[in-house]
Amino acid sequence: MSWIWRGLRPILESVLAGVIGLGVGALIMRAWGYRPWPAYVALFKESFGSGYGLASALANATPLILTALTFAAGARAGLFIIGAEGMMYMGAMAAVALSLLQLPSGLHAFAALLCAAAAGILWGFIPAVLRAYRGVHEVISTIMFNWLSHFLSFYLVANVLVDPIRAEKTLSIAKTSRLPLLIRGTDLSLGIVVAAGLALLFYAFFWHTVAGYEVRGAGANPHAARYGGVSPQRTVLLVFALGGAAAGLAGAVEVMGRPPTYAVYSGLTNLAGFGFDGIGVAMIGRIHPLGIIPAAIFYGGLQAGARLMQMEAGVPFEMVRAVQGVIVLALALPELTRIFKVFLQSLRRKGAHA
Amino acid sequence: MNWAYFWSLFSISLHAMVPITLTAVGEVIGETAGLFNIGLEGILLVSAFTGTLGARAGGPVLGLLIGLLTGLGVGVIFGIICAYWKGSQMIAGVGINLFALGFVAFGLQVLGSPGFYTVPRAVQLPPIRTSVGSFSPVIPLALLLPFLIHWVLNHTRVGLRIKAVGENPEAADVAGIPVELTQLLSTAAGAALAGLAGAYMSVSWLGSVTKEISAGRGFIALATVVFSGLRPLLALAGGLIFGFFESLATWIQSLPGVKETVPWQFISMIPYVATLLVVAGVIGRVRFPKALGVPYRRE
Repeated sequence: MSWIWRGLRPILESVLAGVIGLGVGALIMRAWGYRPWPAYVALFKESFGSGYGLASALANATPLILTALTFAAGARAGLFIIGAEGMMYMGAMAAVALSLLQLPSGLHAFAALLCAAAAGILWGFIPAVLRAYRGVHEVISTIMFNWLSHFLSFYLVANVLVDPIRAEKTLSIAKTSRLPLLIRGTDLSLGIVVAAGLALLFYAFFWHTVAGYEVRGAGANPHAARYGGVSPQRTVLLVFALGGAAAGLAGAVEVMGRPPTYAVYSGLTNLAGFGFDGIGVAMIGRIHPLGIIPAAIFYGGLQAGARLMQMEAGVPFEMVRAVQGVIVLALALPELTRIFKVFLQSLRRKGAHA
Repeated sequence: MNWAYFWSLFSISLHAMVPITLTAVGEVIGETAGLFNIGLEGILLVSAFTGTLGARAGGPVLGLLIGLLTGLGVGVIFGIICAYWKGSQMIAGVGINLFALGFVAFGLQVLGSPGFYTVPRAVQLPPIRTSVGSFSPVIPLALLLPFLIHWVLNHTRVGLRIKAVGENPEAADVAGIPVELTQLLSTAAGAALAGLAGAYMSVSWLGSVTKEISAGRGFIALATVVFSGLRPLLALAGGLIFGFFESLATWIQSLPGVKETVPWQFISMIPYVATLLVVAGVIGRVRFPKALGVPYRRE
């Protein structure tokens, strides 16, 4: 029985935290005079009640899977990398920049994805080195690099990659570099395959290779890992590189696979937030590559449904990010399962008496 | 180049120093007791917003008070999760930041001004006007508070207890000091100062609220704490340094001829680059409490 519980526990915890998050969200809506029940009905009906909604949920999940992988890779090694946001911007910039070149279809998209991954890795390099060799806490350094990326991207969008006809956005991704849509009439592109594929690769690496095992060991017990001959510096550089690649790809698949404009808007309005949302998604997915996929679909669905919620119930869609914050707060609790266990036991006892 | 330019640099520095200093000395209290709160950024953001609501309802002083209480409330939640329920401090801090992003964006929408809200001049905190310029009344508070906290931490029984809890919770527990309560109160007091800092930004200094009003200051304050090595007076010095770099970015852009030659985006990077350099430079020579970040469980 215990192995079932071990597998089930993280899922139960996430579900429970989700319920707590939606509950607090309902309280906030009430406090502002909205009616939570119709709002949530609209939200879930839109996101998971129709084929189109589901396709939107999957399309929204695509960059989130990737930025969540960034956080998860760090967390498995005991690092708190919250720099996916900045790495993601750089990936998007690289993808747009590559559209200045002319390459054959297919190869073009592949080259753009590679460059985006490289841009993400590059953006994580200095924080990685500062962490590995100077002991600078990655929370501070990656946040500072997020802001540097923010301003650099503002500059690139407005001056270097700007669309000469429409100054409010960058050049659109070249037709040869776009990711094909999987379902016509939706936003769901091949990007979801890239994202899910990378999640599977991360899973294979962390759970089925020696190097991945060593990284997880270093996260669980740094001293033991060091005695075992695992270099802490190498571990830091490795997970920053893995995470940077994933986050860079997140920015790229979003611009290369999101119709109709295939571009970045000034103010980064169509990119901002994916990196931070990825942290929440990683947490809901229990920093496990395979858990991240359903967590991202759940959160992507919330985002898709939130638009309808705003239209039907008038509740601003930003609500869902506040809900996500509460979910993460609840997941900080190691006691969450114990509370749940006590609850289950009381149910079982009741069943025995009956 | 004349004297007035330098004077404006000094004036902006003093104003920019306040939120970082208040947040940093607050976090010094919390970290001395062993709790590491990376949710400060979120607290600044939320209380900048709630402070505005308070000011609208009952004037600037109420606004500052509401901001302080908002920080206190978030700090109490953080303290309960982390001190009493042994939750992960990092994850709880991230939760606060995510919540803040959503909550403030939501709240600004509800106020009917997506993304940007200007605090009416009538409910902004009136500045102290002197012959050399006008200053926010919160500035002297931010300059004095680090001295008070220095005195409390180093020269009172309360301070000694806070240090004991952060350094060796087992020993503190055996000596009869309530470990969890001390941690809760310390982190909540620190968060309350961050709340005051947030309300100061919207109600006194900037006179507006945006989704990005905190602009990384919570994390710059964390860097200031690292720089200070948990000494409140050095946290004040750090606040002055980072406030200076922040105002330098604003100031350079106001110089004649600069706007045409250097893109503003690169000038805006100055405070963040400065933070990275300072943190990378001082690391290694500061010592933190032994039990920082580790939940205490009685054996």
